Amino acid sequence: MTAILLPVITVTAIGLIAGLGLALAAKFMAVPTDEREAQIRECLPGANCGACGYSGCDGYAAAIANGEAEPDKCAPGGVSTAKALGEVLGIEISSTPKIAFIACQKNSKNKYEYTGKPSCLSASLVHGGPLECQFGCIGLGDCATACQFGAITLQDGKVVICEDICTGCGACAAVCPKSLISVIPKTSKTRVLCSNCHKGPSVVKVCTTSCIACGMCVKACENEAIRLENNVAVIDPDKCINCGKCKDACKRKAIV
Amino acid sequence: MNNTTSIVSILLAGILTNNMVLSKFLGICPFLGVSKKVNTAFSMSIAVTLVMVIATAVTWPIYTYLLYPNFTYLETVVFILVIAAIVQLIEVFLKKFIKPIYNALGIYLPLITTNCAVLGITMLNITDELNFVQSLFNALGAGLGFMLAMILFAGVRSKLDTADIPEFLKGLPITLIAAALVALSFLGFAGIGG
Repeated sequence: MTAILLPVITVTAIGLIAGLGLALAAKFMAVPTDEREAQIRECLPGANCGACGYSGCDGYAAAIANGEAEPDKCAPGGVSTAKALGEVLGIEISSTPKIAFIACQKNSKNKYEYTGKPSCLSASLVHGGPLECQFGCIGLGDCATACQFGAITLQDGKVVICEDICTGCGACAAVCPKSLISVIPKTSKTRVLCSNCHKGPSVVKVCTTSCIACGMCVKACENEAIRLENNVAVIDPDKCINCGKCKDACKRKAIV
Repeated sequence: MNNTTSIVSILLAGILTNNMVLSKFLGICPFLGVSKKVNTAFSMSIAVTLVMVIATAVTWPIYTYLLYPNFTYLETVVFILVIAAIVQLIEVFLKKFIKPIYNALGIYLPLITTNCAVLGITMLNITDELNFVQSLFNALGAGLGFMLAMILFAGVRSKLDTADIPEFLKGLPITLIAAALVALSFLGFAGIGG
């Protein structure tokens, strides 16, 4: 009888001691957790996609609770999640939906034929890519591969972003070797579709719809929303009222 | 191994000749799973080393003074129980007192609860009839050996990322082949140390 009883008692005793130890540890070494963190976590979709830039929904919830992160970073949750988070935090969220947009119309010719691995990153390593414009979209679809939502397609070698599907997570922007994609508010309809930082004459040579930094749009804009940066026009979405005067002023058709 | 085996040779054996991963094939799961990047591999190995030493410090007395000689067959059950509890305890402790380490180890600490390398080293200490101090150094050596293997392999894997690998070998197959080659190279250490 003791042959069975003693081992059972031994194991039970060790289990009990371990259990009690853990219970005591949990009680005396408890770290007060922010109760908002749990509430915030409730509001998040729980997809753990990482689009917010944190390790998962738990990590993002902790970052919001600590005040390190803004509550509008959740791409799958979108505006509704941002609003719910705003209620928990007691702040007003004016989150406008965001979308990705690519600043190139790809009207540059090829300077050579690229036959390597079908990836923009690989192609960009060979003389800065096959296009004459070394800033232009290579069009091999690294962004389309990166898109989790199928919002990016390639049509005739040009990247098309479906604005209804795009969640503005920015995964495409991260993989573009030419850094052509940026995440902008969906409401800003007036956009500069060129990223060539070179000066006028050389830019005209390589592409038919390139921004030559002539400054016509800057003069045309009544709200001072446009400035020239690195020989490219940049529109400030906060000041832009989408009047469209810059579009008419642009002789190069680089603004749409 | 007998009681006169020096601590240096125990450490050396743990790191090189009896490497946990590459000679004994314990802890293969984290070896393949967490070795994609050098820094995560490093965090994981630090956690494993820490848990190995503390687990040995607790399981060795339990075995020697409680289970030996009548209930030696309870070794596995009791060790699993104790290690699981210790890992939880370490986690709570780190969270309270050493938050930076807790954050750095992150998910790896709870993962170790069920790591066979940790259970393996505690049981090997008993099988090899090491004394308490020797056991501790054996655990430390095994942990450092695990770290060496992880970091070496993380380096190998980062090379694999850019290598031109045949389609049918991509992913896990080439990783396993690479692991085998690394293990083979460690065979060269056989004969050194204990």
